[in-house]
Amino acid sequence: MKAICFYFQIHQPFRLKRYRFFDIGNDHYYYDDFANDDIITSIAHRSYIPAAETLLRMIESTKGKFQCAISISGVAFEQFQTYVPEFIDILKKLAATGKVEFLAETYAHSLASLTDPIEFAEQVKAHDTMLEQQLGVKPKVLRNTELIYCDEMAPQILSMGYKGVITEGAKHILGWKSPNYIYTAASAPKLKLLLKNDKLSDDIAFRFSNTEWSEYPLTADKYIDWIASTPAEEQIINLFMNLETFGQLQPAESGIFQFLEALPRFAAERGVEFLTPSQAISKLKPAGELSILHPISWADEARDTSAWLGNKLQKEAFDKLYSVAERVRLCDDRRLKQDWNYLQASDHFFYMSTKHMADGEVHSHFSPYETPYQAFTNYMNVLSDFIVRVEEQYPLSIENEELNSLLTTIRNQAREIETLNKEVATMRLNLEKNEDTAKPDDPKADKPKARKTTKKNAAK
Amino acid sequence: MFGWEFPPHILGGLGTASYGLTRGMWENGDMEITFVIPKPYGDEDKSFAKIIGASQVPVAWRDVSWEYVESRIGNVMDPAEYFRLRDHIYADFNYMRTNDLGCIEFSGRYPDNLLEEINNYSIMAGVVARTEEFDIIHSHDWLTYPAGIHAKQVTGKPLVIHVHATDYDRSRGNVNPTVFNIERDGMIHADHIITVSNLTRQTVIEKYGIDPAKVTTVHNAVVPLSPELLNVEVTKPKEKIVTFLGRITMQKGPEYFVEAAAKVLKLDHNVRFVMAGSGDMMDKMIQLAAERGIADRFHFPGFQKGKQVYEMLKASDVYMMPSVSEPFGISPLEAMQMGVPSIISKQSGCAEILTNVIKTDYWDIDAMADAIYSIITYPAMYNQLREDGLAEVAQITWDKAGAKVIDIYRRVLANYNK
Repeated sequence: MKAICFYFQIHQPFRLKRYRFFDIGNDHYYYDDFANDDIITSIAHRSYIPAAETLLRMIESTKGKFQCAISISGVAFEQFQTYVPEFIDILKKLAATGKVEFLAETYAHSLASLTDPIEFAEQVKAHDTMLEQQLGVKPKVLRNTELIYCDEMAPQILSMGYKGVITEGAKHILGWKSPNYIYTAASAPKLKLLLKNDKLSDDIAFRFSNTEWSEYPLTADKYIDWIASTPAEEQIINLFMNLETFGQLQPAESGIFQFLEALPRFAAERGVEFLTPSQAISKLKPAGELSILHPISWADEARDTSAWLGNKLQKEAFDKLYSVAERVRLCDDRRLKQDWNYLQASDHFFYMSTKHMADGEVHSHFSPYETPYQAFTNYMNVLSDFIVRVEEQYPLSIENEELNSLLTTIRNQAREIETLNKEVATMRLNLEKNEDTAKPDDPKADKPKARKTTKKNAAK
Repeated sequence: MFGWEFPPHILGGLGTASYGLTRGMWENGDMEITFVIPKPYGDEDKSFAKIIGASQVPVAWRDVSWEYVESRIGNVMDPAEYFRLRDHIYADFNYMRTNDLGCIEFSGRYPDNLLEEINNYSIMAGVVARTEEFDIIHSHDWLTYPAGIHAKQVTGKPLVIHVHATDYDRSRGNVNPTVFNIERDGMIHADHIITVSNLTRQTVIEKYGIDPAKVTTVHNAVVPLSPELLNVEVTKPKEKIVTFLGRITMQKGPEYFVEAAAKVLKLDHNVRFVMAGSGDMMDKMIQLAAERGIADRFHFPGFQKGKQVYEMLKASDVYMMPSVSEPFGISPLEAMQMGVPSIISKQSGCAEILTNVIKTDYWDIDAMADAIYSIITYPAMYNQLREDGLAEVAQITWDKAGAKVIDIYRRVLANYNK
């Protein structure tokens, strides 16, 4: 039986405000609250909320036959909490149906996997914790930022406890192979790979309302027919896209919501089922091994990491950012940690791309800046201030290793002091009790001592 | 073609542009170009166009011998040409101040009696028009519009005028009515108008009331630099250098450069600012720099010419052109050729075709200061702008602009006298 595996991405970065170099060292607030509020609220009302409600209806009306996966980045989740809390309620409802699988990803929607495995692991863990606390779910499958994946990452992902990874069905990797199978990672055979079906995903995400497209208008009937008529041995069609495809990239007037809602009916007619990524991984047999030497992603024509690290500007900003990663991990200033997360969002690097033609159009469409140079300047100014703050935490003259051991010593000693303090307090209490029992009838001595005891207790 | 300036003796961008365009048109082949300039020096490049000096065109008959003409003006004009021109004198201009050869002397600069010189140029154009054979007349900038009109009236050949600048750019809106009238007269008589940017095109249409259908933009380009200029040797100071190169006049927005410099210097003292050029606002700028307390880091080396310009650019880390209104502005392209990242105002015509530069509003000194700081602080920014800038500017060549002009000629000729 053929199956469709739907996965929807939700992510919005914290956009930076216009941050001048005179602000470096003076202003430590980096975000354009107005733009962030405005963008996430308008997209939520135009797209996320109606789309999620549609999914909910689809699950209800098919009695759970329709299933899908959703991934939401930590930074987007935080913005929803602040600006559109009603969307969180819908997400909770979706989670409660048990038919929506939430995927693991990096909390900050960062590119950490490309340079800093420790940071990557920490962020994925932070994201898992968030999902568990907020939605009560525990992810089994990982979706790295922008579907970035390569062989080098596989063993780590497996050791982090994930059964599968979602990535791009890049043509230069697949060659003659089809994305419509489950593959195993060459460097960690226990890890399964789900590959995006480019053509069928983009038919919805990019071409749906294009009147110049030869297949326009696309109906659910026709679409399911395409899927049903793929070779019989092909098991799974992975349709991965951003959730804002519905209502934002493809406007509601184009009929995209109706299209989505009609899919289960036609799928049932043609005997196509819906699976979540973990179901697909456990149910289907892998077709073979897939080796991916260089990182791939779902962005730009090249489907590699050049959308974020394609030019000198991007590399410089990226290297500067991660040069302080270890330091930041040693700090425990909460605001610093928060900024650290927000600044890592891959979007900041995306805006700095100097690509031309079709790719360039996509980059500038999403960018709040007029030019990549402006994006770079603004980001670097913010980063400079951030680094100054990191340096203020601990002097630069101390090496990371030395600092680490010093910090451990301090923390150990703090713990020791605490336990010793407790001991002292209990001993004192015992002592006082003894005294009390020794002189129960002396009113003069009793009063001040009692007060002293309460004070000690309070101090603890 | 009628022009006012021609390299190597140039005073501004007009000469460079006229030269580049003529050469670019010649490269497209099948073109015979005669270029009239007020005063040739004999060291002009004549490989692609015949050059006639207005100072050597007789407007009054003189009985002189071949040898005499040869000895007087042989360095700039073939005596045969002189006699051919002399045969086409069309009226008695002896009442004018003419010299021993019956020619009017031109300064070829921008003297106080400029209007008189423009008029004389037009009288001289009558002789040239009657002598030469041609299909189309092309006038560069307002100084030569009257000459173009005259030539058109004499020969009935179509006139194309090339607007390198308008008085609105030069005066920030306070136009000189005489100049305005000369410009408008040229535009009305022209069969087609070429502007150097869409910005200028808009000015021509809106301020001069010209039919948009007859105005076309052909952006300027640059001539590739010789290896000698590219590799000029300079000793770079240890500080970063930010340069402004151009006339220090209202049009170029020099005060915004000073203000931006003051902003940058407040935070980063390791920069020097250079305002190279001269102009009526220079003293005011020196005073402003002193007022802002940055005179120790702000320098005025005066007017730079020839090779000095390239030495200056080579020593620079940032080039800046905060023009309030710039019809095109060729200097940032030259800076890019030398591998210097440029910051230009959005109010410059060249902003329409350049991508690998920083564009800000001319009044936005915060943005300018920020851009300067970014280029001198972050090496990636500098390198990216430098390398992409070099690649970009290498594509902006005059032969492409020349082809566009030739295309306009064809259209004009096809529709003329119909």
